[in-house]
This record gives sequence, C-alpha cells and structure tokens, in this order.
Amino acid sequence: MTNFETVIGLEVHVELKTASKIFSPSPNAFGSEPNANVNPIDLGYPGVLPVLNEEAVNYAMKASMAINCDIATDTKFDRKNYFYPDNPKAYQISQFDQPIGENGWIEIEVNGEKKRIGITRLHLEEDAGKLTHGDDGYSLVDYNRQGTPLVEIVSEPDIRTPEEAYAYLEKLKNIIQYTGVSDCKMEEGSLRCDANISIRPVGQEEFGTKTELKNLNSFSFVQKGLEFEEKRQREVLLNGGEILQETRRYDEQKKETILMRIKEGSDDYRYFPEPDLVPLYIDDAWKERIRAEIPELPDARRERYVKDLDLPAYDAGVLTSTKEMSDFFEESIEAGADTKQASNWLMGEVSAYMNKQQVEIEDLKMTPAALAKMIQLIEDGTISSKMAKKVFAELVENGGEPEKIVKDKGLVQISDEGQLREIITGILDENEQSIIDFKNGKDKALGFLVGQTMKATKGQANPPMVNKIINEEIEKR
Amino acid sequence: MAEISKEEVKHVANLARLALKDEEVETFTQQLGDIINYAELLNELDTDDVKPTTHVLDLKNVMRKDEPKEWIKKEDALKNAPDQKNGQFRVPSILE
Amino acid sequence: MSLFDYTLKELQEKLHNKEITVSDLVEASYNQINAVDDQVKAFLTLNEEEAKKQAKELDEKLGSDASILYGMPIGIKDNIVTKGLRTTCASQILDNLNDPLYDATVMQKLDTENTVNIGKLNMDEFAMGSSTENSSYENTRNPWNTDYVPGGSSGGSAAAVAAGEVFFSLGSDTGGSIRQPAAFCGVVGMKPTYGLVSRFGLVAFASSLDQIGPITRTVEDNAHLLQAIVGNDKMDSTSANVDIPNYSNAFKEDVKGLRIAVPKEYLQEGVNPEVKEAVLAALKQYEELGATWEEVSLPHSKYAVAAYYLLASSEASANLSRFDGVRYGVRTEKNVDMVDMFKQSRAEGFGDEVKRRIMLGTFALSSGYYDAYYKKAQKVRTLIKNDFEKIFDEYDVVIGPTTPTPAYKVGEKIDDPLTMYTDDVLTTPVNLAGLPGMSIPCGFSSDGLPIGLQIIGRHFDESTIYRTAYAYEQATDHHKKRPNLGGDQ
Repeated sequence: MTNFETVIGLEVHVELKTASKIFSPSPNAFGSEPNANVNPIDLGYPGVLPVLNEEAVNYAMKASMAINCDIATDTKFDRKNYFYPDNPKAYQISQFDQPIGENGWIEIEVNGEKKRIGITRLHLEEDAGKLTHGDDGYSLVDYNRQGTPLVEIVSEPDIRTPEEAYAYLEKLKNIIQYTGVSDCKMEEGSLRCDANISIRPVGQEEFGTKTELKNLNSFSFVQKGLEFEEKRQREVLLNGGEILQETRRYDEQKKETILMRIKEGSDDYRYFPEPDLVPLYIDDAWKERIRAEIPELPDARRERYVKDLDLPAYDAGVLTSTKEMSDFFEESIEAGADTKQASNWLMGEVSAYMNKQQVEIEDLKMTPAALAKMIQLIEDGTISSKMAKKVFAELVENGGEPEKIVKDKGLVQISDEGQLREIITGILDENEQSIIDFKNGKDKALGFLVGQTMKATKGQANPPMVNKIINEEIEKR
Repeated sequence: MAEISKEEVKHVANLARLALKDEEVETFTQQLGDIINYAELLNELDTDDVKPTTHVLDLKNVMRKDEPKEWIKKEDALKNAPDQKNGQFRVPSILE
Repeated sequence: MSLFDYTLKELQEKLHNKEITVSDLVEASYNQINAVDDQVKAFLTLNEEEAKKQAKELDEKLGSDASILYGMPIGIKDNIVTKGLRTTCASQILDNLNDPLYDATVMQKLDTENTVNIGKLNMDEFAMGSSTENSSYENTRNPWNTDYVPGGSSGGSAAAVAAGEVFFSLGSDTGGSIRQPAAFCGVVGMKPTYGLVSRFGLVAFASSLDQIGPITRTVEDNAHLLQAIVGNDKMDSTSANVDIPNYSNAFKEDVKGLRIAVPKEYLQEGVNPEVKEAVLAALKQYEELGATWEEVSLPHSKYAVAAYYLLASSEASANLSRFDGVRYGVRTEKNVDMVDMFKQSRAEGFGDEVKRRIMLGTFALSSGYYDAYYKKAQKVRTLIKNDFEKIFDEYDVVIGPTTPTPAYKVGEKIDDPLTMYTDDVLTTPVNLAGLPGMSIPCGFSSDGLPIGLQIIGRHFDESTIYRTAYAYEQATDHHKKRPNLGGDQ
C-alpha cells in the first residue's frame, strides 16, 4: 500500500482594528445596523476616490514584522477585478506583486516537536461587504464591512498534518493578538481561514492536485475538515481516481467536506496597478518606528516566565496563550502578587470561571490589583483559602476591594491565639468523651473537635491554629 | 497579425459581465480585431529597457490620518437602490 | 449683443454698478437655452428653479468683496457629480441617478465662488467618444453649423459656450475631450496638468489621464475659471501639492523671446490643408509678436493613439465595473439570477462604444495579454513623456493644431471607430504625458467651421500657456466671431 504525505497551505485573513476604514473615513466597527457605517466611497458611487489610511499601513507592517517578514521598501496597490454584489466597485483594492511583507515564518510546537512554518507573504487589502443568502431567491447586502482594512497572510506549503495546521493557526492568532492590530475573533469574522490541501506519494517531489477548503468557522473545523479531506483524497487515489481542483466546504453537522465548485483553469482577476493611489515608499526610519512599537511577543514572554519568574513551562504556556491573560498576570505581579500563586489562580479559578460563564478576561469585574491583594490576604493569614473562594466569587461578579469584601462579609479569620484557646478550652470541657476517644487513637474525634470549634467561630477560626491548640490542650489533660 | 476570435470575444464579454447578442459578437469581433491589429504598431518599438509609467507625477506616500468622519445620512445609503429590504440592498441570488 | 459677449471683468463691473443683476445673467442663460437648445441640444438636465432661487439670493447679498466669478452662469459636464442634481454621464445605466449624494470637489469650489449652475451638459457616454454622438440621449450639434458634430466628449460643454447658453462651462479631458470640442466649436478649452484639478467627483473614465478643465469664450476668462477650481485635495490621492500661481499675472507679459517648438509630426499628412494653413498663419503671427519657432520632432507621436486606447480602455474596464445594478443606477427588469442580472443590466445600460472599450480593456488586461498590450502601452507612455521632456529643455511651449480636421458631419464617422480613434493623434500624447494643453480659435475653414490651435506647456506651467494664448488672442479677432443661430448669443 502506498504511503502518502499531506501538504497543507493556509491563507488567513485578519481584519485590522483601525478607527476608520482603509480607503474611506467611515467608522470601522463591528455589530452596527446594516449599512450604517457606509459613505459614497464604500458604496462605490461614481466619482469617488480612495485615500489610504496611514494606520492601516502601520498595522500591516507591525503584523508583518511580528511574523518575521521582510518589509518592502517600495510597495503599491493593485486592482483585483471580479463581480460580486458584496464588492461594490467590482474590483478589490489589494496588493499583487509588491506585498508589504514577504519571506516570514513562525514556529509551532506539536507533540513536543518544534517546527518552523514559512510565510510567503502578507499583503494589505480592503474587506468586502456581507452578502446574506435568503431562501426566497434573493440575497441581501450590507456594506458595513466593506473597506475594513484586511491583511492576507499566505503560508508556505510547509504544513504536513491537520494538527500542525491547528497549531499554526493558534500561534498566528496568538502573535497577531499580541501586536494589538486585530482582535482575531473568528466568530466575528475578524480572522478567517481558507486551507489548501493535497497529498502525494512519499518521496514524490511535485505536489498533488490541491483542493481548497472555504467557510471554515473555527480552528477545530479547519483541523477536522483537513482530516476528512486527507482521508477522502487518499481513498480517491487508492481507488484509481483523480483529485480535481475543487473548492469544498466543511459541513459541521455531517462532519464531511462538500463540493462547492470545480475550478476551471485559474481565475482571471486582471490585476493592474491602482491608478487612484500613489506608490508607498517605506524608508528605514518608518520601519524602525513601527518595530519599536511591537510589544514583547508570546514566545519571548514564555521564555522569560520560565527563566526569570521560575514558573513551570506549563504555566508559562497557559499564561501566554492570550495577551490579555498574560497582561493580567503581569499586572497582578506588579501589584505585589506571588508569581506562582497568581499563576495558580489564573489557571485555576479564573479560567474555570471564564469557561463556565463564556467570558473573556477583560470582561471580569476583578482587576489584577484586586487579585494581588486577595493573594496577599491569604498569605498573611487574614483569610483562609476557603474564605478566599468567597472573596473571589464576589470579586469576579461585582468587583471591588478584597479588604472591603472581607470586612463586609465578616470573613476575617480569628488568628488570636488567646481568643481561640479560650473557645477551645470550653469545647473540650463539654466533650470529655471525645478527648478519651482521641487518646485511644480515634482520629475522627479530632475532626469532631475542630468542627465544633469552627461552628463556634462561624468558620472564622484559623484552621492550622485550631489544630495546633486542640492538640496542645488535650496533651495538658 | 493579431486577431481575436469570436470565442475570445465571448470570454472577454463574460469577464466584463456584458450579455452580447450573436450579431454583436460578430461586430465586436471585427471591430476589436481592427483595433488590436492597429495596436500591434507598438511592437515596432523596442521597450525592453523602458520602465512602465503608471503615474505621470512622482507622488509617494499620500495618506490620511485614522480619523472616522460622518458623511451621509444613514437613510441616504439606500436612496438610489434599485431594490432593497430591511435596510439592505437586495439582489437576485446566484443559481447553484 | 448678448450679455455673454462681455468679459468676466466687464460683467462684474456691471453687477457692482447695478447695471445688471445676477438674475439678469441667469435669465439670459435660460432665455438663450429656450431659444436655441432645441437646435444645439447641449443640455441634458436643467437646474432652473434652483438657479433662479440662488440668483435672487446672490443679488441680495452681493458685496464689494465678491469673487470675480460671482453670479456667473456655468454649465457642468454631466460626468461631474452634483449633489441633488441628476448626474447621468449621458448613459442609460445612470438614467435614474437623480441625487448622487455628494458634490465633486470642483462643485464645492465653485460654490464658494458663488457661480450659478445652470444645468448638466451632454457628452459622449462616460466621456468615450469625439463627437458627442455616443450620448444615449441626444446628438449635440455644432452651433456653427448644426449639420456638424460639436466634437467630444465635452461636446455639450463646448457647444453651450459657443451658443451663448452659459457664460462658461466645465468639461473633462482624457484624450482631448476638452480641446477637441473647443476647437470644433471655436471656443477656448484648457486641459490642465494632471493632478492640478481634483478628480474627486469626476466620474472616472481613465483615472491616470482624466482632468477637469474650463471652457470659455476668452483666454482671460479661462484663467479666472481655472484659478477657482485648482488646488490640492485631500480626497484625491493623485492631486498635486504645488504652489498655485496667479494666472492673471500671465496677461501682463508679452511673448517676446518665447521659444515655440512645432513638432513636424503634428503637421504631417492627414492634417487638413486648411488646418495646416491656419496654424502656420498663427505661427507667423507669433513671429510678428516677437516669439521664435522651430520645427522639432516628437518621434513617438504616431504610437500615442494605440498606447492611449489600450491604457484608457484598460482603466475604464475596471472603472465602469461598478455599474452593476446593485446600489444605484438602472437594473434590468428581466427576471434573472445574479450573474445574468449583472450581464443584462450592463448590456441594456451601456451603449456600443462603451461596451467596445470595456471589452478592449478587459482583453488588454486579461491573462496572457497583459504584457503584450497593457504593459507595452505603459512603456510607450514613458517614451512619449520623455519626448516632451526633451523638447521642454529647450522650448517654452509646443504648438500645433488641436485636430487634424475641422468638425465633420453628424453620422460621417460613427460607424468607423478606428478612424475616430486615430483622429485623436494630436491630443492624446498630452494626456499620456500629463501635460497641460489648450485649444484656442485660430481661424475658420472655407465651410465656416472653426479651427483650433493647440498650445502645450510644461507640467504646472499653465501660466506660460495663458500668456502665449492671450498674446495671440489680443492680436486676432477669431474669438469675437459668433455662430449664427438666432436667439441672443
């Protein structure tokens, strides 16, 4: 039986979160009423002209640099011609032969193995409007998205497994998010992915015929779609069939890829230089100015957490998985939290809460300073770990100051030894039998006495101290 | 001698989204052939070392600041729409 | 004598002396339109109610600081976008575009000058043509002889000025569309340097070649109108950021010592003997005025038409793709799916010349032909530009005829697109090189049709063109002749 090798290339579109659109001053905002954020330029009215948004160029440069691309010195825009109702000029202003970024790479890790995936290019273009197909024979067009600045990031065909594709996407998203140029929210369409996949007998130099997967709504669907496609192509070839150049989509219900259209030859987009926009000359000073604005990226951060903060590699990985989590962590430490404690809380209670409530870290009412304060209160014995859970529940839901919550809820721990000894002495006096049982080796008796103490103090007694005092007092008797 | 075939004229018309009647295909094949043939004149010139001109003026880096601006009223967006529904432009769907 | 026989300066004096009112001027426009436009057919849409209202307001607020264009009736080519006023580009596909939502930059500028927009002028559909016969509405006629074409594509703009329907007008010039109709109609037409006048709101035909420019009866008035519409525009990335001179200063200087280049290619076979004679007589006139002229060569002139039609049509093929029946304009009434909706709407909405050029451009850009046609033409463009640069090292202006022949009869050439194209041999090089060029009247053919003299200058040196044109105009009477149409022109 022939062994096949899979070859995958990914095209990722990322919307840039500038304040205004790339070629018009309309607001660049998600979630407005249909056609609220449009002007004659977005609608492709006769006579309008594009004017380039400088920030879109800066953001594209930033993204390019973060994925190790060379930045073009001379670059320009081109018209890509095709008719579709969401494409108001029937040409998209894009970049053809002089993209802003070229020859980049990112490093992924799958099953402990590190691998570099090459990036062919990153170019800047305008997003299209949104076409919604109805079932009445008509479709509706909303041009709010038209003109949103978009970068297209094309990988080299270096990816060999669907799992690597998943890792590539996670990593790419991670890096872009760190640069701050995009939210990379697949559910809002600010990150979109098309995948090309082909297989070839192991050892064969030339690529097999590829199919293109479109409309992939999550990274895991990308992986599942590619897994299905890998299997399908193998079966076709093993049965003596031929792979056709097709565009397919992944059906999430049926868990299979479905033919959209067969490509006949290559599309003829008739690219030519956009005469309405003048060329860009990006000198070294401009490049350096942007390079200086790029924050520490996830790989560097992860390394620093392990090296300088003595965190386990696992913790460092989880904490840097989003910039928001990582920033939250850093701010907590800044505010005085113990690094390992902060890490434990973020990976434990905080992540559990976010998962359960389906919210992002920036949606939490709790500030990094509050988390730090709460950790300090545990450390200095003001509250117990058990009490801390109550404080945490209040903090994430409603925010506020940990100290005030502790006070308002009467959660302060009784750590006054004299006070505790007095209470415990009274309890021992009333429970002679338990003392006897304990002395006879029945450990359960101790638990009972601790429980009685906690009951008498409404749970506020410092547990290690209670244990210690009970032991001492029984010894005396 | 450059020529353009009827098939090429139909292909180009399809790319340009122009419906042509048969007699139009005939006429345009003839006329475009004449014009393209005339344009062959340019091949007299050796332009291997000549840079193409896209812009006659040597302008670079013309950009604007990233500031959103109000322009038209919301209801004007659909003012000239041939067909609309629920604040959106309506078009016939593509036949699969 | 018509009010519009006065110069701008004279009319402003009369306004401020209360001899006339803005309402009189606007009334004069509409009266003349009523009298002669059924012959000339220059207008597509009139702005009468609004214009008369505006005239009254202007009469009330006339102050001593009023601009020199104050209250002057102007006509606007229908490819310049006018907020609240129908803008069709003489195409059926925009037949219903009664409010294009915004004003072109030139309209905003004219607004601050307080000119009065009389209406929108006929043209070849989307400015594609040289006779205005490609308008989908009507054939504009040459006021000097209504059996003849007015030229194009700004045929309505030139004819309306020649017929005294407006004081002046705006046209647009991609390959000669201001200069050629100005020559055919015996008026003054300026195609400014590419980038001098904002293209924002000019419905694009060929973005790298299009320019808006003024059409007037006299050189001096032309300079005043140009002065009002020039300047860097943040809405047009190709708009130049240059110091704007006061063009009126050009009229203080004579042409003694002016060095004129006359390209031999511009007077070769194909140029009508009467045209050649008129141009040589003009050069003689310049000699008498103290200028010198020499024959030079622009060796790549004969390639200009081919390069121009490839480039202009390529850009047009993309520029005109937005007319798809989705957001504005006319959609087919046929019950068809999306792709056929595009195809049918465009087939029904565009005329033959527009379709021809869209297809030529689509072909020139299509896979496998791009290098042979589009890119080749861009390279030839460089050669043509270089030709001029060399000449301008030694000469101040280039002079020749605007057109190889005077106006021809309606219908004479319409079935032969290629011949129509090759007639643009004298005007298209100027657009390819991005230079300013002007046509002024320099005589009449034996049939009584005007002949145009073309003056081409350096980039952004409109002043020298005005100086050159003015000296000739002051020494001759061609611009004082009027066509005999009846009415009050």
